[in-house]
Amino acid sequence: MLELKDLSFSVTIDGQRKDIIKNINLNIPKSSLVVITGPNGGGKSTTAKLIMGIERATGGSIVFNGEDITGKSVTERAKLGIGFAFQQPVRFKGIKVLDLLRIASGKRLSTVGACQYLSEVGLCARDYIGREINSSLSGGELKRIEIATVLARNPQLSIFDEPEAGIDLWSFQNLIEAFSRMRKTVKDSSILIISHQERILEIADEIVVIKDGTVDRHGKREEILPHIIGTSSAVTECRAADKKGD
Amino acid sequence: MQLDEIQKRLLLEVADLHSVPEGAYNIRANGASAGRQSTENIEIVPKTDVSGLEIRIKPGTRNESVHIPVVMTESGLKEVVYNDFYIGDDCDVVIVAGCGIDNCGRQDSQHDGVHRFFVGKNAKIKYVEKHYGSGSGEGKRILNPVTEVYQKENSSVTMEMVQIKGVDDTERMTKAVLEEGAKLVVRERLMTHAEQRAISAYSVELNGKKSSADVVSRSVARDDSYQKFDAKIIGNAACHGHTECDSIIMDHGRILAVPGLEANDIDAELVHEAAIGKIAGEQIIKLMTLGLTESEAEEQIINGFLQ
Repeated sequence: MLELKDLSFSVTIDGQRKDIIKNINLNIPKSSLVVITGPNGGGKSTTAKLIMGIERATGGSIVFNGEDITGKSVTERAKLGIGFAFQQPVRFKGIKVLDLLRIASGKRLSTVGACQYLSEVGLCARDYIGREINSSLSGGELKRIEIATVLARNPQLSIFDEPEAGIDLWSFQNLIEAFSRMRKTVKDSSILIISHQERILEIADEIVVIKDGTVDRHGKREEILPHIIGTSSAVTECRAADKKGD
Repeated sequence: MQLDEIQKRLLLEVADLHSVPEGAYNIRANGASAGRQSTENIEIVPKTDVSGLEIRIKPGTRNESVHIPVVMTESGLKEVVYNDFYIGDDCDVVIVAGCGIDNCGRQDSQHDGVHRFFVGKNAKIKYVEKHYGSGSGEGKRILNPVTEVYQKENSSVTMEMVQIKGVDDTERMTKAVLEEGAKLVVRERLMTHAEQRAISAYSVELNGKKSSADVVSRSVARDDSYQKFDAKIIGNAACHGHTECDSIIMDHGRILAVPGLEANDIDAELVHEAAIGKIAGEQIIKLMTLGLTESEAEEQIINGFLQ
């Protein structure tokens, strides 16, 4: 479904070139759930942004369903069937939750239909549907609405950048269930998740460890997970919480 | 009532009217009344000394409306109109004003509406005013509304002021004086483009105990347009005042926000907020990931912001 060929991304800071992503080669098969993990600053989120087109590759190519999309805009990639849930969702003054879900679905979504997506992310739809996506929403609420927009879009390939951040333990299970349902809703669809949560790694078909801008390991969950348990690439919720409290 | 197609379109833009409204109304077209109706409780009488109307609403009138839209399609027409509203005690009414100018000519067209509201005790009014301009002529479309509101005890006034398109030059002055327990809510929505200029100034005096005012303006300045928002709240008693100016700036637009607070009583609680900024890049990118183009994303963000 998705192929990254020698994908590279570098930036120039104070006249010095810095390579963030170095010749990554990766294949995401259809009907799969792939989790990208690895140490902070290793290039996980940048890889996700390169796939969506939010950052533009400085080398290599991205092929989606046989089509080279390296030069395509974010909009074109979205229309081809790639969805993206941001790690830190943005707020919009005046735009309501229902408006955003309607934009996401690309059709005149009924209120009932929109409510369904909100229920899937553990929000009481009636309380949220008419709310503005402004600073009155907490970080956790915003994050769940962000995930709901991707559900409403029903993409072939959904990318979630640290979807669990800011979500409590109760909804963590819900989130995992939502991922399973997504895979069933769209035929052959795949999900790419950036996370170092052990519970998310446990539901992966494949795990990719990205470190220093390169693929450090890639393989089936059973092969990779034992090697990374106990490292910063696979943390439990409590340790993740401890880390946040640092 | 005789209105041409352009006038009908303007009427729809400024007052959401497809035809003659229900209840009391006066429709002014090119400087003359094109239709007028009073009701048992709402009397509309033309002034004799100057151009304009006296609108008298009987005490206790509830769930009724008054429409007084103005449409202008004659290039070069300039007028000043004085409308006075006397709203009796305990009323609950909706007043819809608004002005639409279509100028296809070379000369400027200008409508300056001076509206005064004398609001009785415990009365509740909602005032909606939309301004709109169209036409491809070189002549400017100019609107300079003056609104004065005098609120008796425990009255409540909600004003919705909207100017989204086509007005080249506007100077809007709004003054309000509130007695005990009176409440004023203003929601202003403004968008300027091309080389338009819009000035909006408020002066709200909170003279009575427990009086309150909430003046909120949301605006967008595009192209080479200029806006000035000048909101002053004066607290002369134990009152609560809030003013907010929230603006999006685009292209070469310029905005000056001058929030002003004056407290003359130890128990006056006054707050102002003002923010001006361009559309956040992350907002556009988020909407692009949902399949919108960059310009569609911008439109969605502006439409939401001005809702």
